[in-house]
Amino acid sequence: MNESKELKTSQTADVWRRLKRNRAAIAGGTIVLLFVFIAILAPLISPYPPNEGDLAKRLKPPSREYLLGTDPLGRDLLSRVIYGARISLQIQLVSVLIALVIGTLLGMVGGYYGGKLDHFIMRLMDILLAFPGIFLAISIIAVLGPGLTNLMLAAGIYSIPQFARIVRGSVLSLKEKEFIEAARAVGENDFNILFRYLLPNSIAPIIIQTTLRMATVLLTASGLSFLGLGVQPPTAEWGAMLSNARAYLITAPHVATVPGLAIMLVVMGFNLFGDGLRDSLDPRLRD
Amino acid sequence: MLIPVLIGVSLVSFSLLHMVPGDPAVLLAGEDANPDFIEALRKEYGLDKPLYVQYFQFISHVIRADFGISIRNREPVIKLLKERFLFTVQLSFLSILIAAFIGLIAGVISSTRQYSIFDNLSMVGALFGISMPIFWFGLLLMLVFSVHLRWFPAGGKGTIVHLILPAIALGAASSAVIARMTRASMLEVIRQDYIRTARANGLREFIVIYKHALKNAMIPVITVFGLEFGYMLGGAVLTETVFSLPGVGRLMVEGIFQRDYPVVQGSMLLVATTFVLVNLLTDIAYAFFDPKIRYE
Amino acid sequence: MRIVMKMGTLLSVKNLKTQFYSSGRTVRALDGVSFDIEEGGAFGLVGETGCGKSVTALSILRLIPYPPGKIVEGEILFRGKNLLALTEDEMRSIRGKEISMIFQEPMTSLNPVFRIGDQMMEVIMLHQGLMRPQAFEKAAEMLDRVNIPDAQRVMMQFPHQLSGGMRQRVMIAMELSCHPFLLIADEPTTALDVTIQAQILRLIKEIKKELHTSILLITHDLGVIAEMCDRVAVMYAGSIVEQAGVEEIFEDPKHPYTQGLWGAIPRIDQEKEALAVISGSVPDLSQPPLGCKFHPRCSYRFDPCDRMIPPLFQTSHGHLVSCYLYEGGKNLE
Repeated sequence: MNESKELKTSQTADVWRRLKRNRAAIAGGTIVLLFVFIAILAPLISPYPPNEGDLAKRLKPPSREYLLGTDPLGRDLLSRVIYGARISLQIQLVSVLIALVIGTLLGMVGGYYGGKLDHFIMRLMDILLAFPGIFLAISIIAVLGPGLTNLMLAAGIYSIPQFARIVRGSVLSLKEKEFIEAARAVGENDFNILFRYLLPNSIAPIIIQTTLRMATVLLTASGLSFLGLGVQPPTAEWGAMLSNARAYLITAPHVATVPGLAIMLVVMGFNLFGDGLRDSLDPRLRD
Repeated sequence: MLIPVLIGVSLVSFSLLHMVPGDPAVLLAGEDANPDFIEALRKEYGLDKPLYVQYFQFISHVIRADFGISIRNREPVIKLLKERFLFTVQLSFLSILIAAFIGLIAGVISSTRQYSIFDNLSMVGALFGISMPIFWFGLLLMLVFSVHLRWFPAGGKGTIVHLILPAIALGAASSAVIARMTRASMLEVIRQDYIRTARANGLREFIVIYKHALKNAMIPVITVFGLEFGYMLGGAVLTETVFSLPGVGRLMVEGIFQRDYPVVQGSMLLVATTFVLVNLLTDIAYAFFDPKIRYE
Repeated sequence: MRIVMKMGTLLSVKNLKTQFYSSGRTVRALDGVSFDIEEGGAFGLVGETGCGKSVTALSILRLIPYPPGKIVEGEILFRGKNLLALTEDEMRSIRGKEISMIFQEPMTSLNPVFRIGDQMMEVIMLHQGLMRPQAFEKAAEMLDRVNIPDAQRVMMQFPHQLSGGMRQRVMIAMELSCHPFLLIADEPTTALDVTIQAQILRLIKEIKKELHTSILLITHDLGVIAEMCDRVAVMYAGSIVEQAGVEEIFEDPKHPYTQGLWGAIPRIDQEKEALAVISGSVPDLSQPPLGCKFHPRCSYRFDPCDRMIPPLFQTSHGHLVSCYLYEGGKNLE
């Protein structure tokens, strides 16, 4: 078992090396890091409170006083964008965490035990997947009602099937390998086999899926907030900001451009990083 | 395999009314309806009966295309659904056509000129396509093409012209996915031995690529078409909202805000069932196009 | 410019050099290959994997993908034309029509989504200008000739419905349907069962006689060479090291490499303890050794071997060797 640990660390070093050389990963990773920093440091770097507006100064274009201009209620756009990052990161983390934990458990259990249990779990996933894309999240909101917490739940549940599938696939292919047989032969119980052997070896696809899911969740959550089904006013969220900006598209287009740009850039960052990760972790793509 | 999923979908739609907190009869009648009316509704909808009886009632109604009455405007839900679902289908159809056209061409050309400027540009473009929020892209398109250039109307229905901008917004992500997939598939196929044979037989390069290679490369791409069409059905709601279009997505969202549960139930059921059927058709299409499966 | 060729010579390869470029290195896959194929002849090209046999075949048909490969020097004279000087259009009218090629992997050499008949007819209609009905007949006739039973039914089938042996027959039928002057066969039987191998070889021999087709047979299997060819060239690391008639090259191999190759064949009439092995390994073609490429592994090497590549010396009539041991013979370069 010590050998496998050594192998693990040298593999990790190898992956890290390839990651550093992968341009997509670097570009994406930079954006993601920037995003996370802005989100964490929001209270410190935001020039104005995000929800306080000066109605006398509404819809102003970018200026020295308000670097990105103001929104229909006189609030500073830059501050709202910065706090928007914070909320987005929060939503992403909670949702993906929910999906990761539940999805991984379901996938592991289904893949390992097989039989009726697996069938049942896969049918459940199929039912979830019968609702296409964002429609699933909307349907969940229909049951739970709008709001930030429900948004995070909806985005989480909506992401479960992908994790379940990927983990199940990984477990299925690893299940037959010799080191699992060996573990069973020495009398390891199922719990250990699942969590100390199968799970660590499935880490790569889980990590990739997590990264890509962060991108999808951001798009979905901002979409739901745009529709009014997610974050409620006055919370500064990028999708919600775009919804407010609709009426002023002609008179003050900057109000609409900025939040959308923010969403796109962050999503791109996660997608790029995910692609780069995928290339670095793929054992077939040796340089 | 199909049936359990459909049953599950119907169960989920059915249970909507019962999972929302509150008395279903009150929810259906409206908060300030008079108590007699509420009781009458309860009897009529069988809400006093056990759940499984209610479920069978629900299913028997659905099979006869009876989705109940809209709370808001007292019209049969099926009537509303018909018009608006059809609209969304039209929009999605136009959208997938545009997306397939752009995606296939970009994908094929990229694959034949790997690492060229065109290839890099289209892969970057694809990245933008999958990263852009649909609603933002729709707003931008509206800003540029409707407001400033005045080429297209900004909303409402009417002719196909009204549908073009929304279709492009809706299809951006799909065309990116299709382009990527086509490129990857073509790259694989071009390396195959039978392509070498075709060239060794003196066939023109155009025929080798667009006949011999493409036909093989398309097989996995077809599944993507089906999936993306389905996602459009579900994701059209964002485009419909931006462009104020009478589609089923917007109908459902309005239904959620107005607590019009029959409408929401009906929309959920219809869209999900359609998606399941689309997936089934896609699987059949795949088996049809791959001779290895078809002739065995 | 009129190109004059010796009487009866169909294909004359002169000093062919083909290179591949990858990550900054230049691999000299073919380093000055020369040989002639007579009309109606069966020429064998033999050597280990990686020696450049397939690259030679692909170079003749100008199927070397660029990038990463390129034919950088030489002439390929075929029926009065230099193939390397033709336009791509002109080349295309030669491929499949005047020179045809069959490959090693019959399982994957046919397009899986088109029927057999359609694939064959496409080539026939392209090169012979026939209409569909006649092309259909021609194709069915060719399938008959290669002993495929129930040809009409097979025409309607897809490749995956046929066995490996059948697919290779279809390939042969397809490539010979336009009656080419030269058929290049690159390891045509390597991927097939031993029993099928014999059938396919016999088939190629019969058709060759019937259609007066010349053959360039590429293989690493010495048994196949002995069975099929009248003239043989031995390749090593991108060059031809020896060339002779088939009987002579087996009975009197002159190049040390050839001798080593033959020595590695187990023989019934000899009692040996272990198979002879040539020590060392094939050189890296991006950094080949100076002089004779085989000299690091050669037990006969002496002074000039590591300085200059030995030219082709002629020993007896038609027997050429690229080795300083035979310097006394006529230098043909």
